[in-house]
Amino acid sequence: MADHLLEVRDLSVEFHTAVGVVKAVRNISYHLDRGETLAILGESGSGKSVSSAAIMNLIDMPPGRISSGEILLDGTDLLTMPTHERRQINGRRVAMIFQDPLSHLNPVYTVGWQIREALTTHGTDGAKAASEALRLLTRVGIPDPERSLHKYPHEFSGGQRQRVMIAMALALRPDLLIADEPTTALDVTVQAEVLALLEELQHETGMAVLIITHDLGVVAEIADRVVVMEKGVLVETGTVREVYKNPQHPYTKKLIAAAPGKGEMHAPAARAEPVLSVRDVRKRYGSFEALKGISFDLMPGETMAVVGESGSGKSTLARILLRLDEPDNGSALWKGRDLFTMSPAELYKLRRDLQMVFQDPTQSLNPRMTVYQLISEAWVIHPDILPKAKWRERVAELLVQVGLGPEHMGRYPHQFSGGQRQRIAIARALALEPQLIICDEAVSALDVSVQAQVIALLDKLRKEMGIAFIFIAHDLPVVRDFADHVMVMQKGNVVELGTVRDVFETPRQDYTRALLAAGLDPDPDVQAAQRAARLQRAS
Amino acid sequence: MIPPPDFSEGAMLKFVRTRAVASLISLVGLLVMVFFLSRLTGDPAALFLPVEASAEMKEQFRELHGLNDPLLVQFTRYAGDVVTGDFGESLRKARPALDVVLEAFVWTLWLAVITMTLVAGAAIVVGSLAAFRTGGFFDRLSSVISLIGASVPDFWIAIVAIVVFSVNLAWLPTSGTGSLLHWVLPIAVLFIRPFGIIVQVVRGAMIGALSSAYVKTARAKGVKSGPIIFVHALRNAMLPVITVLGDQAASLLNGAVIVETIFGFPGVGKLMIDSILQRDFNVVLAAILVTALAIFLMNLLIDLAYALLDPRIRH
Repeated sequence: MADHLLEVRDLSVEFHTAVGVVKAVRNISYHLDRGETLAILGESGSGKSVSSAAIMNLIDMPPGRISSGEILLDGTDLLTMPTHERRQINGRRVAMIFQDPLSHLNPVYTVGWQIREALTTHGTDGAKAASEALRLLTRVGIPDPERSLHKYPHEFSGGQRQRVMIAMALALRPDLLIADEPTTALDVTVQAEVLALLEELQHETGMAVLIITHDLGVVAEIADRVVVMEKGVLVETGTVREVYKNPQHPYTKKLIAAAPGKGEMHAPAARAEPVLSVRDVRKRYGSFEALKGISFDLMPGETMAVVGESGSGKSTLARILLRLDEPDNGSALWKGRDLFTMSPAELYKLRRDLQMVFQDPTQSLNPRMTVYQLISEAWVIHPDILPKAKWRERVAELLVQVGLGPEHMGRYPHQFSGGQRQRIAIARALALEPQLIICDEAVSALDVSVQAQVIALLDKLRKEMGIAFIFIAHDLPVVRDFADHVMVMQKGNVVELGTVRDVFETPRQDYTRALLAAGLDPDPDVQAAQRAARLQRAS
Repeated sequence: MIPPPDFSEGAMLKFVRTRAVASLISLVGLLVMVFFLSRLTGDPAALFLPVEASAEMKEQFRELHGLNDPLLVQFTRYAGDVVTGDFGESLRKARPALDVVLEAFVWTLWLAVITMTLVAGAAIVVGSLAAFRTGGFFDRLSSVISLIGASVPDFWIAIVAIVVFSVNLAWLPTSGTGSLLHWVLPIAVLFIRPFGIIVQVVRGAMIGALSSAYVKTARAKGVKSGPIIFVHALRNAMLPVITVLGDQAASLLNGAVIVETIFGFPGVGKLMIDSILQRDFNVVLAAILVTALAIFLMNLLIDLAYALLDPRIRH
C-alpha cells in the first residue's frame, strides 16, 4: 500500500540508559497524506518528538534503538535504506524545523550561507542557490532580504529566526515538513504570524505538515487530524474536531479539561488600602528604555497579572520590585514605606514579606540540597520565624499544603517531575510566610495538566492566606483563570490596566485586542471563527 | 564552501584598536617593572658589572650610565632608549644587546611557529575525529599522547630521543644547527606536550559542538558527516582551542629553555640562561622585552582570530 505519503507502522524506539531500557515509543502507527496537516499532541515525556526524530534519522544509536516497525515514505521503508540514499531524503523530501531557532541555527555562519547550504548539499550549483536563497528569504517575509542574507542568526528576532528556519527547510520544496513545537518559544502575535505563514506555504507547495505540539490551540489552528500520545503510547487519533468534541480516551479528556481559559473569571472585591503602591518606575539600560513610568496599586490578597510580549519590560519590573536591580526613578510603597530607599538591613527584614517563584524550577532549586534543606534554609536565614525544633513539622505541613507529602523531605530535586519541583519552589517561598509572591512565568514551563494544578494551588493559597500575587505571564488563558486585575505592558509602558473581566471582555486598547485575537483557542470551531474574523480584518 | 570572514562596518577595526591599546598599556607596565627590577634589587653597578669589579670601576660605571640621577630621570632616559631600540651593549659580546637577542629570537620564533602549526593541525584533526567516534582509534591515540605529554618530562624524552634516533639509529644529528634534519628532534620533542593538551581541548569542545542543536539542523538538511564535523562544529569549537593554543605558543616563545639547551639550539631560551649566568643584564632585559612584545602581538592575533571566528564577538 503506497497510498499515503508517510506511513509509520508499529514503530517502537527504546533508549538504553544507565538505569535500564526506556521505551520511548511503543508500537505506534499513523499516516499522513500530501497537503494534509497532522498534529502529534502530547506532554513532556509522551514520546511525541521521538517518532519524528526517527523519520529524520536523528536518533543517536546507541543509546537509541528502533526495536520494531517501519517508516514508509511513498511506500519505501526509510529504516532499511542504505545510508547514502537515506541522507538524500533529509532536506530534499523531508525537512524539519525546531522549537528554538536561535540554537538550531549555526551562530557563526550567515543565514544566507546556511540557506544556500541546504541547496548545494543536494547538488544545486552556487549561483542558483544564491538567487534561490534571496527568493526564499523574501518569500518568508524577512525585511530587507538582500542585506539580511549577510546577517548572522543573533541579529534577528525570535520570529524572524523561525522564518529563516522555514526558508531553509522549504528550500528544496520537500514533500513533508516536520515542525517540532515551532512556535512554543515565540510571543502570541508572532506565533499567529508564523502559523499563518506555514499554512500559506502549505497551500502553495501542497506539502504535508507533521506538527508536534503540547498546545491544543495550535492543533485547533493548523491541524486537520490529531494523534494524542501519552507515555510513548498512541492513545487516540481522529480529526481535530472529533477528538476535541468527543474525546474517547481518559487522558485526552483530561488534557482538554485542563486547557486554561475556560473557568469563571475572578470578580475582585472593592479596592481599599493598597499593600503595594508603585509610582512612575523608570529604568534604562544605556540607550534602551526598559520601563517608561510604571504605576499601579496592589491590594492584599489580590492577583495582579502583568502580561506583555518579550521586551515589554515585565521581568525588569519584577527584578526592580525585588531590588535585584535598581530603578532610575519612582517609588514603591510597601505598607507605606518606599522599597527603593530602604537600607540593606531593612531590606533583609522585608525579604520575609516578599518572595519570588521563578520560571524554571530545575535551575532555581539547588540540586545538592534535599527538599528539607531547601525549605528550611529560609529559617536558617531568618531564625526568628521558627525554633529549630519545629522545622521538620513545619516542612511537612508546607509539603502537604502544596500537594506533596512529608515522605518527600529527604529527596533531591532531580527525583521530582517539573510540576513537583515547582511545588517545592512554592513551598520554599511560603516558608517565610510572605504577603506578596512575585511569580515570573512560574507556570510557563509546565505541562498543561500540571499547570492547572499549580494555578489551583496558588489560588487556594491566595484565598486561605491572603497572599497577594504579581503574576507575570505571556499566556493569556492562564491569566484569565487566575488574575483579579490585569496590567498589559508594551515596550516599557502600561497600555491597559483593569479588572480581568474588563480587559478580556471589553479591551480598550488596540494592542490588547491584538494580543487577545492572536491567542489560540483549543476549540477548533471557536478557533475557525477567530481565524475567519482575522482574515476579514486583514482584507 | 566556507565563507570568507566578514569585516563589516568597521566593527573589526574598532575591536582591534581597543585590544591594541590594552596590550600597549600592559607593555608599558612591563617596561616599568623590568626597569625597577634592575634598579631596586640592589646596586645596578654591582648587578651589571662582574663580581670582581673594583670600586672605581663601579663609580665610573655609575657616572657613565647616569645611575646617580634621580630614578624618574633614569627611567625616562631608559624608556626613551628602549623605544628607539637601544638596549645598550651586550657586556660579553661587545655588540648591541638587541642584535644579540633578535638573532636568537629568530631561531626560537621559527621553532615555535613550525611546532605550533604542526600541533594545531594535528590536534584539530585528531581531536575532531576522536570526538566524532568517542572510544575509537583516534580517541585512544590522543589519550596515549596526552598521557605521555602530561607525565613524562621533556628533558627525558629529549635524551631518550637522542639515544635512539641519533646515537643508535644514527638517523638524525644529536644537536646543533646546520641542516633541516637538525630541526626534527627539537620539534618532535616540543610537539608532544602542547599536542596532548590541545587535542583534549579540541575533543571536549567538539563533543559539545557535535551534540548541539545546529548540528541536528545540519543533519536534518542532509549535510554529510565531513562538513558537519569540519564546517559546522569545528568553527564553533575553535574558541576555547585558540585560547589554549595561545597559551602553549607563548610558553614556546619564552624560549624552550630545556629543549634548546639539550639540543644546543641557539634560541632565546638558551641565550637567556647563558646571559643570566654571565651577568649580561642588558641582554637579559632586551630578551624579556622582545619576548614580551612577541607575546603581546600574538595575543592580539588571538583576539583577532576570535573575532574572525565568531560574529557575536565582533558586534
